[in-house]
Amino acid sequence: MFSKILIANRGEIACRVIKTCRRLGIRTVAVFSDADSRALHVRMADEAVPIGPAPAADSYIHIGRVMEAVRRSGAEAVHPGYGFLSENPRFAAALAAEGVVFIGPPASAVEAMGDKIASKRIAAEAGVNTVPGHPGLIADAEEAVRIAREIGYPVMLKASAGGGGKGMRIAWTDAEAREGFVASRNEAAASFGDDRIFVEKFVDQPRHIEIQILADRHGHVVHLHERECSIQRRNQKVIEEAPSPFLDPGTRAAMGEQACALARAVGYESAGTVEFIVDGARNFYFLEMNTRLQVEHPVTELITGIDLVEQMIRIAAGEALPFTQEEIALNGWAMEARLYAEDPFRRFLPSTGRLTRYRPPPEGPQGSAIVRNDTGVFEGGEISRFYDPMIAKLCTWAPTRREAAAAMAEALDAFEVEGIGHNLPFLSAVMKHPRFLEGRLTTAFIAEEWPDGFKGVEPDAEALRRIAAAAAAMWRVAEIRRARISGRLDNHERRVGSEWVVEVSGCRMTASLSADRDGTSVVIDSGPTLRVEGAWLPGQTLARLRVDDVPLTLKVAKAPGGFRLRTGGADLRVHVRTPREAELAALMPVKRPPDLSGSLLCPMPGLLTRLMVGEGDDVEEGQPLATVEAMKMENTLRAERSGRIARLLAREGDTLAVDQVILTFA
Amino acid sequence: MDILAELERRRAAARAGGGAARVAAQHARGKLTARERIELLLDEGSFEEFDMFVTHRATEFGMDRDRPAGDGVVTGWGTVNGRLVYVFSQDFTVFGGSLSETHAQKICKIMDMAMRNGAPVIGMNDSGGARIQEGVASLAGYAEVFQRNVLASGVIPQISLVMGPCAGGAVYSPAMTDFILMVKETSYMFVTGPEVVRTVTNEVVTAEELGGALTHTRRSSVADAAFENDVEAIAEARRLIDFLPLSNRSGVPERPFFDDPGRLEPSLDTLIPESTNTPYDMKELILKVADEGDFFEIQAEFARNIVTGFIRIEGRTVGVVANQPMVLAGCLDIDASRKAARFVRFCDAFEIPILTLVDVPGFLPGTAQEYGGIIKHGAKLLFAYGEATVPKVTVITRKAYGGAYDVMASKHLRGDVNYAWPTAEIAVMGAKGAVEILYRAERGDGDALAARTRDYEARFANPFVAAERGFIDEVIQPRSTRRRVARALAMLRGKRLENPWKKHDNIPL
Repeated sequence: MFSKILIANRGEIACRVIKTCRRLGIRTVAVFSDADSRALHVRMADEAVPIGPAPAADSYIHIGRVMEAVRRSGAEAVHPGYGFLSENPRFAAALAAEGVVFIGPPASAVEAMGDKIASKRIAAEAGVNTVPGHPGLIADAEEAVRIAREIGYPVMLKASAGGGGKGMRIAWTDAEAREGFVASRNEAAASFGDDRIFVEKFVDQPRHIEIQILADRHGHVVHLHERECSIQRRNQKVIEEAPSPFLDPGTRAAMGEQACALARAVGYESAGTVEFIVDGARNFYFLEMNTRLQVEHPVTELITGIDLVEQMIRIAAGEALPFTQEEIALNGWAMEARLYAEDPFRRFLPSTGRLTRYRPPPEGPQGSAIVRNDTGVFEGGEISRFYDPMIAKLCTWAPTRREAAAAMAEALDAFEVEGIGHNLPFLSAVMKHPRFLEGRLTTAFIAEEWPDGFKGVEPDAEALRRIAAAAAAMWRVAEIRRARISGRLDNHERRVGSEWVVEVSGCRMTASLSADRDGTSVVIDSGPTLRVEGAWLPGQTLARLRVDDVPLTLKVAKAPGGFRLRTGGADLRVHVRTPREAELAALMPVKRPPDLSGSLLCPMPGLLTRLMVGEGDDVEEGQPLATVEAMKMENTLRAERSGRIARLLAREGDTLAVDQVILTFA
Repeated sequence: MDILAELERRRAAARAGGGAARVAAQHARGKLTARERIELLLDEGSFEEFDMFVTHRATEFGMDRDRPAGDGVVTGWGTVNGRLVYVFSQDFTVFGGSLSETHAQKICKIMDMAMRNGAPVIGMNDSGGARIQEGVASLAGYAEVFQRNVLASGVIPQISLVMGPCAGGAVYSPAMTDFILMVKETSYMFVTGPEVVRTVTNEVVTAEELGGALTHTRRSSVADAAFENDVEAIAEARRLIDFLPLSNRSGVPERPFFDDPGRLEPSLDTLIPESTNTPYDMKELILKVADEGDFFEIQAEFARNIVTGFIRIEGRTVGVVANQPMVLAGCLDIDASRKAARFVRFCDAFEIPILTLVDVPGFLPGTAQEYGGIIKHGAKLLFAYGEATVPKVTVITRKAYGGAYDVMASKHLRGDVNYAWPTAEIAVMGAKGAVEILYRAERGDGDALAARTRDYEARFANPFVAAERGFIDEVIQPRSTRRRVARALAMLRGKRLENPWKKHDNIPL
């Protein structure tokens, strides 16, 4: 076994690997760029070595600098995590040349599977089902269109070296094929330094289901069941689970066998994932093989009880797998929600800045469920624009899918993140979505259920009553405290009443309270009594309550005359007033926020790479106006309506702030 | 029984104000009536009205035929969370809330009582101005109120809620109170209105632009805060009152708190960015030091390069003054100096301890500042800190350069406890500027200057040079700031310090 391992990565995955190393008594070495000198993985590791400037190209994927760190630290093995150098054969070769063990598959397997066109051929030869497509590379946009027509729309344009949703576009028309080809190629060039693009059939009702495999040096190959990763936004996975609610044991076994066959065919070692696309009739096709640890590996760990990082390390050290296929359990249900520093209310655009508050829910057993949070950030840390915007992976396990989803919804409600925009509200919305709970998923789930983008959750009437009851009970506690200030006129103190009017989401409800030692009974609009229990004290930002014995977790912030409450993806301004106050408040005019629809605002901090229109131009709704590059992603900003451009207020090459006006409409 | 019925009849008539039609018109403007406002301001059922039956004595212009009870202002006392306050509320439905001799007398009566009994006066202004029919008697009434505002200043807190028109001489009563809260779109204050402005200067301007809540909170700094409507303004006024002492002798109020004074905030260890020229939000520090993250900001929209407002620590009010690196790098300029000086003097007058958070690169340079008199305006803040005898706790987070270091509640201005974070740089100026002056001869030699700069940084860009001289009492871990500040304030609760006897000082106004 190794005594010192260097982790050639950052963020949550570096922290994740360090945890297992610690448990195994292995010393760890972190590497870090200038932007990461205060990062969590640096704090957690036993040693840390600087490897250069913030851009990944100059640090985390700079083989020379990482190798220098390996030498300096004297690490015997390197765990590459995912992304960066994890599937880079030149890196593996550089390590091999110096006798350092690469904790991952052999370079030959990486190379065989790294090219999406070659990998498909190998898979087909190994008896794995493959999707119809064009085997060759695409030279230009016109060829892309021609081949797309041959295969038949819809088609997917993919970067040969791609991954993580970068350099991928779906096209339903010739125009989209042309535009998608250019965009994919540009993104691929920027992200991977490899602009090769190919085209394949886009499968209908597709679900993304992948098989985790483990293979050792002694010829043992096992699979650890599947993960379903159909909840994706623009090909970026958002929620994953294991097992899949869609597979039957037969399909599961068949997919597992094909995955193992492919692993054997390429002489695979270590952990790997064979991705399949599964159509509505449970036909499954090989998509690609990821020759590394996957982001979503924790759900597999939760249902099998196997630490994949540990197995990777043991395999790399030459140990044999300690279990057979039959011994691998499939126990309960696990879900993973990826917390991204992306603002769902700004079309999921990246958000950067300081995490002024970061309080994950408690980990470990919570009732019959288990909560796990893999994270690479901490309160007071900085979300940098240089790297992937994923900041945490919140996982829950429970005996059943419903329970796992309920535990996830609860954990998301209790997850406090402030200072940056993030997708917690959206994750909550998915977790409570009826179609998600029924397991009727496709990779288009998000696009279909939120066709106009995410605008928050409107709680139903019942949920609003429960929230109103909780708000009234909390408000009363706060008011009683206010009435206990010093300097009162003795015997003429304020008596805090028990009748309140709660206004939330345009709903006005009366709340009649009677409090006792254990909680508050609340009658909303003369309906049935709701019992609010749980400790909350003024100033606390999280209220973990039970209303009629059903958990209600609220993020609480002060606001004039009430609270801002966030729960279940809803962001609610709640007023709590005395009946008289409510009567008078009803006389107040409703004010509308200023109209900014006449301008194109920069939705995230980034670089204005292209301005496609000039002053006086007439534009159609949906026409691209500008592209802004942030987090290595090229984002096209489109006209939200038809009109004429009045003024350009930014120039190409400008670094823009959030909400900076790029141009105005006439 | 008849007598009781007569009382009720008269009361009902007084409460009706200007009558249903005028009340409806008031509501249609988005405004509440004088009595409705009092109801919201005071604890339920606590209002005791005075002078309900007062009427004016004017006879000219047919005024003798119209003598409504109360004369356009409702006055009395009540409680806010059980604490005594005096209140007057002008009734726009009666003669447009115009101020008559008797109207003024009602206000003066409660002001006199407030002074005798040591409790704040809350005024709600909604008045068309002087009662023209009364002529000079009305003007005399204003002056009587002004005189009381002056004498009450620094004795009892005076808060003005401007909730309608407040024009001409009438503005000078709120102007002399401690805080002015306005309501957006329904209140305005100006000395001369848009029509006079147009006649005299040909400027065309609306009442809202000339003297609305946004104008006065962002441009003129006349007002301290602006709110969406009457209900919100009054709710926030109650919140402000909870921070304020009843008088200059009562000491700060205390209320139960649910926040550990020893709470550590590890995230503050990374508040200061690695690059010394990168801004950060000082409000995060304020919120993390405060009990329950509760901060009542004063003049949030004006001179945002300095932050002022009230927090509580261990349930007791503390005034905070903090440079804001996010705006103008936290420089002191004319506006910031004036804003903070007035706030410091309020705190000192009412025995509210002051917490000063320092990250100041100096005074803002430029002709605009010099011609505007930054010398005298900057001196106001220096003066205010220097004369203040309340407990003064200072935390230098990063830059404390030059004269601005002296100004910001330094040890030399009788700072009681002066802390510095390890990231503090207490020096005459930044390294680059200092080196350019010290090594003028090497100006052409970039490498030499860079070396000199590094050398200067190593020697002076830290808190230890000051700490070695005792100008800093202790260099503290950022994470422990709340605990340190809480302990310092606890230690200072018995502080007694008096300035030399004088009639009054001569602050450079």
